[in-house]
Amino acid sequence: MSGNAVVSSVLALGRIAGGYGPSGGSQPMHIPDGFLSVPVSILFWVVSIVVIGYALRRVSRELDERKVPLLAVLAAVIFAGQMLNFTVTGGTSGHLLGATLAAALLGPWAAMVVMTAVVSIQALLFQDGGILVLGANLFNMAIVGVLVGYGAYQLLLRAFGNRRWALPVSGFVAAWLSIFVAALSCALQLAASGTSPANVSVPAMGGIHALIGIGEGLITAGALVFVLAARPDLVAPAAKATAGQKALWIGGVALAVVLAVLSPLASAYPDGLEWVAEQHGFLEAAREPLYNIIPDYVFPGIANEAVATIVAGVLGALVVAAAAYLVAQGVRRRATQQ
Amino acid sequence: MPDILDPYRPRASLLHRADPRVKVVVAVASIVVTAALPLGAWPSYVLLLAAILALAVSARLGVGFTLTRGLIAAPFALAALPLVFSTPGAPLGSLRLGPLALDATVPGLERFLSVLAKSYLSVQFAILLTATTRFTELLAAVRALRVPRLLVAVFGLMWRYMFLFVHEVNRLRIARDARSADIGPKSGGTLAWRARVTGGMVGNLFVRGYERSERVYQAMLARGYDGEVRTLPMGRLSASQYGILAGSMAILAFLAVLGILFG
Repeated sequence: MSGNAVVSSVLALGRIAGGYGPSGGSQPMHIPDGFLSVPVSILFWVVSIVVIGYALRRVSRELDERKVPLLAVLAAVIFAGQMLNFTVTGGTSGHLLGATLAAALLGPWAAMVVMTAVVSIQALLFQDGGILVLGANLFNMAIVGVLVGYGAYQLLLRAFGNRRWALPVSGFVAAWLSIFVAALSCALQLAASGTSPANVSVPAMGGIHALIGIGEGLITAGALVFVLAARPDLVAPAAKATAGQKALWIGGVALAVVLAVLSPLASAYPDGLEWVAEQHGFLEAAREPLYNIIPDYVFPGIANEAVATIVAGVLGALVVAAAAYLVAQGVRRRATQQ
Repeated sequence: MPDILDPYRPRASLLHRADPRVKVVVAVASIVVTAALPLGAWPSYVLLLAAILALAVSARLGVGFTLTRGLIAAPFALAALPLVFSTPGAPLGSLRLGPLALDATVPGLERFLSVLAKSYLSVQFAILLTATTRFTELLAAVRALRVPRLLVAVFGLMWRYMFLFVHEVNRLRIARDARSADIGPKSGGTLAWRARVTGGMVGNLFVRGYERSERVYQAMLARGYDGEVRTLPMGRLSASQYGILAGSMAILAFLAVLGILFG
């Protein structure tokens, strides 16, 4: 199956999915139950509980008792805002996940709590995303989405300085990157669960979200410009990251780079992830001993594998190159200032 | 109840009356067991479906309601479709797409259908839980199950304002449509313009939300809020609820063992 065929059929189905669910934007990012193996689900539950638990503690310390109404009302806003869409072309539409917007306006920890509330309510009440896999969905959308969006946003704001277009451009790129990297993380989870071979899921998820991310980026940029015009006080404080948060945005960018490097690797060696998964006790591995001893098992269509790997590789390389360039820019700027 | 979006379906049934903590634990356990079942364990899948239908009927939800709402996760099936072709095994047939030849295999098809079946069954359990449990009960249950207090408070207040903002979004959309006729690729400006308008709407919503949260906070202060959200603790589980819990767990354990031993 060629990468293009996968992308176009995913797009077609994504369109159908758009009609489902009261939460409106049923994007192909919300993994349903049944698509991830139990070990992968549990692993991401543990990671998400640790990180979100830390975020909750940070929020409790940084915000006063205003925090509950602020976070809850803004979670409701993001939930409803995901229903806003605009026509892109022939039936496809762009809409919002909101992780980067929340991170840009509220800071990373509060944004993580807000996105946790949104993703959990979608799963619990509207079956938009599963319950056993909620840990993985929280990791992709509330942790990776927020940290990558926040990291890229801060980095770009610094790099662009006081230029007039700094805010919308930083918002656009950060939102695009956060969607793209979250999708890579989702693809790797599917591959590690043996649900979708990495050489298909990585280019397919990456490709479709490279497109969806454009919509996310445009909406995020538009929203930031609006908030800057209406309530500049809401944009200003979050734009100036404190010293303690510097480690955080660097961490967000590092997370993006790691996932971007890992994805083409996993895609080039699609058996690698499954091998790791099997080492950690796949239930069905025991039931399918026959398939494991078949030697030289060839993936269907060499052309497919090559194309898929190249697509993923190029995308990954672009992301890494962009990140490296921006880091270099930031360092140089700092050096010239001093 | 507040809104048509609310998934709760009020009925008089044993399932509706059961303790929400028991329902949450059993629903999560059911989803875990479903996920842990081996691929191709068809008899177990059928037994689980039978259990779901029995519960849906006894909760007076109707068979059609659960069966059709369960399709919500169906579009994601595409993510698993490559399994049909990538799993080695006895060939089933070949599909030609230009220069590519795709060989579907029997174990591949079985894996694909198993993923779909497991996903469908898991969604059913979640639907049964939310259709028979009020949101406030659900909140109390997750709090009793040690979900952090702050997060539960955010869930609760978010629920209260969610419907309001969904309707606000609908009003914003009506206003946009009224001002720009049919916004489509052929009318209503460039793509960037359409995106900027939508972005403005999101920003607008955000500012409204931010300012509303300040008013909500003032109103909460006026009513004695001190930063602590207090909830009535839930009482101890009654013996009959323990019975339901133990019985459900025994059935699930039986299904799990059956599935793993006999596929």
